Amino acid sequence: MKYVDEFRDRALADKLARQIVQEALPERDYHFMEFCGGHTHAIFRYGVQDLMPDNVEFVHGPGCPVCVLPVRRLDDAVELAEKQGVILCSYGDMMRVPGTKQRSLIRAKADGADIRMVYSTLDALKIARDNPDRQVVFFAIGFETTTPPTAVAILQAQAEGLTNFSVFCNHVLTPAAIGHILDSPDFAPGGPARIDGFLGPSHVSAVIGSAPYEAAAKKYAKPVVIAGFEPLDVMQSVLMLIRQVNEGRAEVENEYTRVVTREGNRKAQALVDKVLELRPSFEWRGLGAVADSALSIRDAYGEFDAERRFAISKKQSRETKSCECPAILRGVKKPTDCKLFGTVCTPDNPMGSCMVSSEGACAAYWTYGRFRAPVREAEVA
Amino acid sequence: MTFADRASARLSGRVDMTHGGGGRAMADLIRDLFRRHLSNPILDEGDDAALFDMPQGRLVMATDGHVISPLFFPGGDIGALAVHGTLNDIAMSGARPLYLTAGFILEEGFPLADLDRLVASMARAAEEAGVPVVTGDTKVVEKGKGDGVFITTTGLGVVPEDVHVSASRAKPGQAILLSGSIGDHGVAILSKRENLEFETEIRSDTAALHGLVGAMIEAVPGIAVLRDPTRGGLAATLNEIAHAARVGMLLDEAAIPVKPDVAAACELLGLDPLHVANEGKLVCFCASEDAETLLGVMRAHPLGRDAALIGHVREDDASMVQMTTSFGGSRLVDWIAGEQLPRIC
Amino acid sequence: MCLAIPAKVTALEEGEMAVVALEGVKKRISVALLDEVAVGDYVLIHVGYALHRLSEEEAQRTLALMAEAGILQEELAEMGEGAA
Repeated sequence: MKYVDEFRDRALADKLARQIVQEALPERDYHFMEFCGGHTHAIFRYGVQDLMPDNVEFVHGPGCPVCVLPVRRLDDAVELAEKQGVILCSYGDMMRVPGTKQRSLIRAKADGADIRMVYSTLDALKIARDNPDRQVVFFAIGFETTTPPTAVAILQAQAEGLTNFSVFCNHVLTPAAIGHILDSPDFAPGGPARIDGFLGPSHVSAVIGSAPYEAAAKKYAKPVVIAGFEPLDVMQSVLMLIRQVNEGRAEVENEYTRVVTREGNRKAQALVDKVLELRPSFEWRGLGAVADSALSIRDAYGEFDAERRFAISKKQSRETKSCECPAILRGVKKPTDCKLFGTVCTPDNPMGSCMVSSEGACAAYWTYGRFRAPVREAEVA
Repeated sequence: MTFADRASARLSGRVDMTHGGGGRAMADLIRDLFRRHLSNPILDEGDDAALFDMPQGRLVMATDGHVISPLFFPGGDIGALAVHGTLNDIAMSGARPLYLTAGFILEEGFPLADLDRLVASMARAAEEAGVPVVTGDTKVVEKGKGDGVFITTTGLGVVPEDVHVSASRAKPGQAILLSGSIGDHGVAILSKRENLEFETEIRSDTAALHGLVGAMIEAVPGIAVLRDPTRGGLAATLNEIAHAARVGMLLDEAAIPVKPDVAAACELLGLDPLHVANEGKLVCFCASEDAETLLGVMRAHPLGRDAALIGHVREDDASMVQMTTSFGGSRLVDWIAGEQLPRIC
Repeated sequence: MCLAIPAKVTALEEGEMAVVALEGVKKRISVALLDEVAVGDYVLIHVGYALHRLSEEEAQRTLALMAEAGILQEELAEMGEGAA
């Protein structure tokens, strides 16, 4: 596969590994947060950690849209499917995430709700066309990458007069979350956790460009390297971060130049801006309420907003007790610090979202790295 | 009405409740469709039970229910799959399969022409395998209570005296052999799923493996473990064996054959080929000194042309299956949790 | 987050749709998010949409940067061997 296989080349990996060992200063250590679950997944899937010296550590960030969606919003989606009798279209990733009382979409489906897994908003539109006498709701989740396809679907529905289609919008924004993490007391100087730099989002940045991170890099004096999701991209970006740290720089650099530009995809940005607007505040699992961190549907397209079309009840939503997802999402704890990890909570019986999504830190630890867990724990202690 | 007239009239219709009612309609269906395709001396006796002489040696028996959507897929259909699935379960004990039985659950409204195609395909698969379907059963359920056709097959086979194949016989030091590329069946099925459609030349690998197994057993009767990695893929099968024998394994990712299109489809859908189903592949555990001999035998057989040594068994009380990645790192190979769902992130 | 994969555009279709190929796998996707796209372009596919075109020049540049890693060490090692 062109543009894929070259970036998984073992010989280059060996070279980069040697270079990283050579440039990482032995008298200090390096804590880099990979914001995106895509990076978490790549690190575990390819065993990148094995190629790193002991003093370079990855801190897993909240960049998994499935993981950061608060239980309340998932409960709302389940309610839409069960009480409003709609056809709820969801990406496969959300299907097994447990809501209040472990209720997931897949369980609601088993109980008779009409929930369909889709691969694309194009499929959701097709379902709406094929079922003109049913209400079809697309359960929209994801960061800036996944947002433009939602905007296009709303515009398409309007153009076709698909009045039975609407969107339950849960799109969230990356730069706001990065700022929020760096503002938290956990990461203040002397706080319990430390970040020396960020592996910046790859495909989010394909849409928004690298410019939006510049303010944060400057304000918090943390280097950011936009990194592709292939394992060599991760290694090259780590090397670039080490160099910035060693040289006392805190800039936004771009390793993923084959896709990401400074300005991003202007057309996609314009389409999103046309249909969606900033929410003043949105709840993130793990981070709490984060200002200006999510999008909702503009008034002009209000008829396609499931939150306006359907009355969704106020209800008590509950996280599973003792689930450490929130702290893990903030990068303050490791999955192995959680009492439930690997005992009560496994991918077969997930208690929290981090164990469901293949990008979730817990699922990645379990699926790819369980055998390393004791070693990691010792390091943390 | 001639036989041909009767057949064409029947094939233009659909399954209805009378086909399961025990009356003439059912008798006609059995005679004109099932027995016509599956004909053999034992079945043709037409009794409720199949009668045959007791075979020599130790007997093995296996049963397998088949449900699949779509019923017809690139490289096969539920009829062929129902034959291959059970024959392979028999073969994985080192046995030579002798007889099959088939139970059909038909949904009211299912086109008879499609049923005819499925049963013809089943007959072809049984004929190629040299294993007759000696007795069967048909039931019809109301529309909405089935998914077209469900087929359950049971097989009977006989194991040579000196052959002892079982997952519990996996021991540290043994070599792990794989008969060919993984993920073909699962990708062929996914390519036809609603909302996922993509075009690919990949076809299901559905095949009966007892011929390959026979050649392998003849060359090396001491084979320790045989398994066909079906649902859950190679990852699930190896984990089952690791747990059954309380051993660990170390695989070499670069040695595991994956066709470029299968790899591409998996990248597109966010799947891991190690978790994708196969219907015509086997893994074999043997003493490391027998590995070369067996690989030679496997590669000489049409169903084992791409056979490869993919790793070895090692001591590990925690029964972990680990893998050296082609990137140079290491990772755990775990079973998949629940159903494999395409992902966007 | 955001699984995406580069694929080659093999045909453009009506309604801002296109067919892309990844090895032998072909899929219909939307190109509504791209300003311009031509047959032969490589585009990044996410949830059935092309998100961005890939730059061959930049890909080569990145690979060249990666290949530079370790060169100094190799040279030093060779010099070391030469001296011994």
